[in-house]
Amino acid sequence: MMTLTLGHFLSLGAMLFALSVIGIFLNRKNLIVLLMAIELMLLAVNMNFVAFSYYLNDMAGQIFVFFILTVAAAESAIGLAILVLLFRNKSSINVDELNTLQG
Amino acid sequence: MDAITGLFYFFAAVLLFSAFRVITARNPVHAALYLVLAFFQAAAIWILLKAEFLAITLVLVYVGAVMVLFLFVVMMLDINMDGMRKGFWKHFPLAGMVGVVIALEMSYVLMGGFRDPPKLASAAGQIGDQVSNTKVLGVLLYSEYLYPLEIAAVILLVAIIAAIALTLRERKDSKHTNAADQVRVKRGDRVSLVKMKSVVAASAANTPAEEKQ
Amino acid sequence: MSQTLSASSLLAVPLAPLAGALVAGILGTSFGGNWIGRRLSHTLTILGVLLAFIISAMTLKSVAMDGARFNETLYTWMVVGGLKMEIGFLVDGLTAMMMCVVTFVSLMVHIYTIGYMEEDEGYNRFFAYISLFTFSMLMLVMSNNLLQLFFGWEAVGLVSYLLIGFWFNKPSAVFANMKAFLVNRVGDFGFILGIGLLAAYAGTLNYGEAFAKADELSLLTLPGTGWMLVTVICICLFIGAMGKSAQFPLHVWLPDSMEGPTPISALIHAATMVTAGIFMVARMSPLFELSDTALSFIMVIGAITALFMGFLGIIQNDIKRVIAYSTLSQLGYMTVALGASAYSVAVFHLMTHAFFKALLFLAAGSVIMGMHHLQDIRWMGGLRKYMPITWITFLLGSLALIGTPLFAGFYSKDSIIEAVHESHLAGASFAYYAVLAGVFVTAFYSFRLYFLVFHGKERFDQNPDAHHDAHDDHGHHGEHPKPHESPWVVTVPLILLAIPSVVIGFMTIQPMLFGEFFKDAIFVNLERHPAMEELAKIFHGPAQMALHGLTTAPFWLALAGVVLSYYMYMVNPALPAAIKRSAQPIYTLLENKYYLDWLNENVLARGARGLGTVFWKVGDEKLIDGAVVNGSWKLVGWISGMVRKLQSGYIYHYAFGMIIGVFVLMTYFVWLNQ
Repeated sequence: MMTLTLGHFLSLGAMLFALSVIGIFLNRKNLIVLLMAIELMLLAVNMNFVAFSYYLNDMAGQIFVFFILTVAAAESAIGLAILVLLFRNKSSINVDELNTLQG
Repeated sequence: MDAITGLFYFFAAVLLFSAFRVITARNPVHAALYLVLAFFQAAAIWILLKAEFLAITLVLVYVGAVMVLFLFVVMMLDINMDGMRKGFWKHFPLAGMVGVVIALEMSYVLMGGFRDPPKLASAAGQIGDQVSNTKVLGVLLYSEYLYPLEIAAVILLVAIIAAIALTLRERKDSKHTNAADQVRVKRGDRVSLVKMKSVVAASAANTPAEEKQ
Repeated sequence: MSQTLSASSLLAVPLAPLAGALVAGILGTSFGGNWIGRRLSHTLTILGVLLAFIISAMTLKSVAMDGARFNETLYTWMVVGGLKMEIGFLVDGLTAMMMCVVTFVSLMVHIYTIGYMEEDEGYNRFFAYISLFTFSMLMLVMSNNLLQLFFGWEAVGLVSYLLIGFWFNKPSAVFANMKAFLVNRVGDFGFILGIGLLAAYAGTLNYGEAFAKADELSLLTLPGTGWMLVTVICICLFIGAMGKSAQFPLHVWLPDSMEGPTPISALIHAATMVTAGIFMVARMSPLFELSDTALSFIMVIGAITALFMGFLGIIQNDIKRVIAYSTLSQLGYMTVALGASAYSVAVFHLMTHAFFKALLFLAAGSVIMGMHHLQDIRWMGGLRKYMPITWITFLLGSLALIGTPLFAGFYSKDSIIEAVHESHLAGASFAYYAVLAGVFVTAFYSFRLYFLVFHGKERFDQNPDAHHDAHDDHGHHGEHPKPHESPWVVTVPLILLAIPSVVIGFMTIQPMLFGEFFKDAIFVNLERHPAMEELAKIFHGPAQMALHGLTTAPFWLALAGVVLSYYMYMVNPALPAAIKRSAQPIYTLLENKYYLDWLNENVLARGARGLGTVFWKVGDEKLIDGAVVNGSWKLVGWISGMVRKLQSGYIYHYAFGMIIGVFVLMTYFVWLNQ
């Protein structure tokens, strides 16, 4: 446990990921926190990439993080736009009410 | 324990704590702020991993732009806070259990499997200590990964357009014309023919007779 | 020594009646447009049968005198696998004799019908049917393979159905013809099993080829059981004979078949169709000789039929029913002879029986005509004054039936009794006592019938059903008409049949039973079944046999039967009623025909219908429609309903599902694949 290995960073990423999944599952009332949990997920993945890049001496990991950041930004912009529209139409961001696509 | 390991553990602990608070905060503004804290800790960890450029980018782009956007939206929407938290803790045990199991399993695998990571020496992208991280990234991006870079730019463009197109509300007093409607106009919408006598009664003789068109 | 007969003349024998049947049946009925009238119909059909008879007689002469034989396939219908399906003729002593009997009796019946069916609307149709029957029966007896035999078998069954239900507007006739057909079907099921087994193991349907393999077959057993193959084949074939020749318990159709007009009762249900089973067993003698079990079975069934059907004949009041039960009993005698391996004796009795039974039926028909279509013997009596020719011929027929020495029936019946006595098979002693007792019973009911109809007081006026049963009116109203003798078209056949009933036994017993006549037609294993050999030892000519017959048990039993019937119905007419009152249970049992009809109608038929209903309601509706067809879509619907609930519409449910999936995969790869 004294020296840092790749495993540490990966476990950190895993725990972050797990937390964000719990977040998605728990937040039935607040869509914004759902979106934030998605950002956390992306952060966890980025952590993995950077760790691999360091330990494998390959820059490709960091390049990929670059692109992930780009796409994450774009996605959160659009996600928030949709959220705003949703709020305009339904006056609520309660996830429990978003079930019209049910079978 | 050397400094780096200690710093890692410190930053990791704060990161995990703040991530937990993101999902359990009552007030969404607090949740956003905790997320900002989480990003800062992640950036610090990346600096420990000698990925300075990404760390700074994370702070600048993610925290500076995306999280600010989040805060804008959170504060713009008038959300009723009280009704929101009902039933939250009811689902916590199951979710918590699932999450813990996943985390433990993954840790077990990852810790066990990656104690001695193989050292790959690839020609492209070596982390050299002499050259700065930024420069190496730049060289790679503009040589090997040029095409994905362009596509990333296009994605951003599309995102802009999409966000605007989704949420744009027209001004009520704007006088702009809709070209499509203009083109679709038919003769019958603008002109109608009325049949009239060419000669009218004496009292109305002063009015000029309308000619037929 | 032996020459072959001409194929074309043999072909003419069945085809001439067929041509007559087709012309009369199609052109003479509304089916073809009623082109030809009655005279032409009956002339054409009679000419057809007459031609057949003449050629048959000539064939018989060739076969008997010149030793001619014929065994050829005329037409191969198809070949399936290795099995050939052909049309061919086998003409030897047995066939030639059957041909003559069939065509002669058919000719007599054709002539008789001119008088009997004179007032019937379906005149042409009737002639067509009886000619068609003649064709079918001839195809049956002349065939050289089992397939053609089966064709003839089924065809005579069909024509019998058509003729029993000739008056198709009568519900009882329709019931009877269905009963006949269905009971025959039960027998045919066994028959087809036998044919199938033989075809499977011998690889051929042709008689000659199959018999050549007989020794090989005798060593085989039926796979899956311990039974000898030949025994199973023979018993299955005999079941077919049981249906066609009305042996117990498949005899139930014959008394009901009396619903048909009398000429066909004479032709089909006395002389020819019912003898098809006997003929078939005799033809298959090489196979039957290999199985003692089958022969015992045959003998016991025949004995039961002979005796118990005779008992039923005692209490019948319809003139035709008495003769029908008599036929059943005599068929039982023939069957017993077959079981004792005395095939030639059985066939000999078949021939003599054909003549005197046809005679009895036609005479009964004459009586019915004379009585204006009333058939109850309780309201007849003293008819000998009014119908002398009928009376004499009936008497001759009855004497032949009971086995009076010198008459035809005596030679055949006594030979049967002797043959059974000599047999050592299981059940032979029962059979012997049964046929002996049957002699007494036969004499009793025959002469009961004779005395009640032709002697005694005239009881026509006492008939309570007289007025609504009489079909014909000769302009008599109010006053009951007296019986009259029938026209010559009716009495001439009676006379022509009476002649062989008297003399043919005397003339033909020597060549048929103890001579070369059936030499290559019937095969008997004399070491194991020595009946014929023993008979040959004690036979010293027909005259001597008649003389000796006066001292044997059958003669005295027959005499006792005649005397008792004379006493009970002429001297002391109140006695039968008294006996009936004191032995009421036995009387009820006999009246209900041993409850076999009740069994068939209520247990078997109702049970089969019930089984069909069960298969329909439960098997078809509930199981196949309900469980399989409906059940499958309901199951799909139910599963879909369950699966549908997975689509809740909530994002977090979907995310949770994904997480669970990840968890499962991780577990699988981490823990289980180590």
